[in-house]
Amino acid sequence: MCLAVPVRVAALLENQWIEIEVGGIHTRVSTALIDEVAVGDFVIVHAGFAIARLNIEEAERTLALFDEIAAHLRESSDALHPRLP
Amino acid sequence: MRYIHGFRDGAAAAALARSLAKRVDPSREYHLMEFCGGHTHAIFRYGVEDLLPANIHLVHGPGCPVCVMAVPRLDAAIELARQPNVTLVSYGDMLRVPGSRRRSLLKARAQGADVRMAYSALEAVEIAAAEPERQIVFFAIGFETTTPATAHVILEARRQGLSNFSVYCNHVVTPAAIQSILDSPEVREWGQVRVDGFIGPSHVSAVIGSAPYEFFAEEYQRPVVIAGFEPLDVMQAIEMLVQQLNAGRACVENQFTRGVTREGNRKAQALVAEVFELRPSLEWRGLGELPYSGLRIKSTYAEFDAERRFSLEVHPVAENAACQCPAIIRGVKKPTDCALFGTVCTPRDPIGSCMVSAEGACAAYYKYRRGITAQAL
Repeated sequence: MCLAVPVRVAALLENQWIEIEVGGIHTRVSTALIDEVAVGDFVIVHAGFAIARLNIEEAERTLALFDEIAAHLRESSDALHPRLP
Repeated sequence: MRYIHGFRDGAAAAALARSLAKRVDPSREYHLMEFCGGHTHAIFRYGVEDLLPANIHLVHGPGCPVCVMAVPRLDAAIELARQPNVTLVSYGDMLRVPGSRRRSLLKARAQGADVRMAYSALEAVEIAAAEPERQIVFFAIGFETTTPATAHVILEARRQGLSNFSVYCNHVVTPAAIQSILDSPEVREWGQVRVDGFIGPSHVSAVIGSAPYEFFAEEYQRPVVIAGFEPLDVMQAIEMLVQQLNAGRACVENQFTRGVTREGNRKAQALVAEVFELRPSLEWRGLGELPYSGLRIKSTYAEFDAERRFSLEVHPVAENAACQCPAIIRGVKKPTDCALFGTVCTPRDPIGSCMVSAEGACAAYYKYRRGITAQAL
C-alpha cells in the first residue's frame, strides 16, 4: 500500500499533472501534494500522486557511501572471506 | 534506473553484511521490528535475513493497512457496494480481502455489485463527474502515505460541486500503532515479543517527517531508524540500529535521506489537517481498539462522508478462530505457526488478510520462503 517508486518527470501537463515514464510506460500523475517540479526532477510516486521530490544529492551521497564500503572490503584481504567479485 | 537498482547492488550488500557481522556484539541478541509490510517484503524478496548475523532477529510489524482493517468495517463496505445505486471505487489491494463468512468485494462484484478498481483516488472523482446518476463511494484505506491523496480528492470534489461523491474513510495513523505495540501486554508484561528498535517506514515518513518518532525513542528508549524500501537501505538501517543499541543510545535517525526530512511534506500535512480529524477510537484487526489511531472526515466536509450519507453501521462478527492473523500482526507469531498457512490458506484462496496483501507477512512467507519452511518442518 505504501509502496512508491522514484520516477523522472518527463513533461509538465496542465492542471498539476505531470507525465512520467516507468519501464517504457507513460502515464500521468498528480503533483497536487508537492511544490512545483521541473522536467528532469525525480519524484516519489504513490497511487497516482507524487508525494515527495527525490533529493538527488542525498541519493548520490548514499550510493557513494555504498560504493566506498564495497571498495574498502574488496581491498582488505581476509583469508577467511574470499575477495568479492 | 540508478535510483532504484543502485540500492540493490549485490557487492555492496555483501560488504554491508560483512561490516555488520563485525559490528554486532556476539553476547547479545538484537530484536528489531520492521513496522512496514513493504520492508517485510523487501527483506524476503532479496533474502536480507540470510545476510544478517544469527543474533539479529527481525520482527514483522503491523504496517499493512489491508491486514489491520477490522473485518466489520470491510463488511460495511461490501454491504455498501451491494446497494443498487452505489458504485464502490477501491484500490486493488482490498478486492480479495476476506470479510466475514468468506465474502469479499470481488465476490460481491461477481454477484452484480458495481465495484471498480482504481490506481489513483482521482479516478473516483472522474467517475463521479462522468456518471452523475450514480452514487460514487471511494473506499479510502491506508497509512499517512495515502491519506493526503484522499484529502485532495475531497477538496477536488467540492471544487467541482459533485453531489454524488463520498468517501468511506478508513485511514489510520502510524505513531498510534507503534505506541500500541510498545504498550501491549505481550511486550510490556509477558515478554513474548521483544522489540529493541524499529526500522521506520520510508514513505509514511516522507509525508509526516521523522519528528513524530522522537517521542517513542525518548519515552520508550527504543531507537528508530527510518529506512528506504530497497535491500541496501534496510541493511544500512539495521547497522545504524545496531550501532545505537551497542552505544546504549535511543534516537531517531534517518537512513532514507533522499526522501525524508525532519518536518516531512508540509503541503500534504496541511491538506490532511484541513479535511480530517482524529477519531477518538478505532478498531484494528489484531490490535483491538486503539485511541486516536484513525482519521474521520471533519463535519465541515460532512457531505462527502459516506458513513454519514449512508448511515453505515459496523457490527461485530466472529472471525475464523484458526486464522492467526491477529497474533501475526502483533508480531507474537510467525506465519508458519498457523495451521492454515499454505494448506487451507493460500494467496489464491486466502482465509486471512495477511495472506492477501502485497504487504502481509503470510504472503511474504508463502511467496519467498515456502520451500525453505517446508524443508524445515
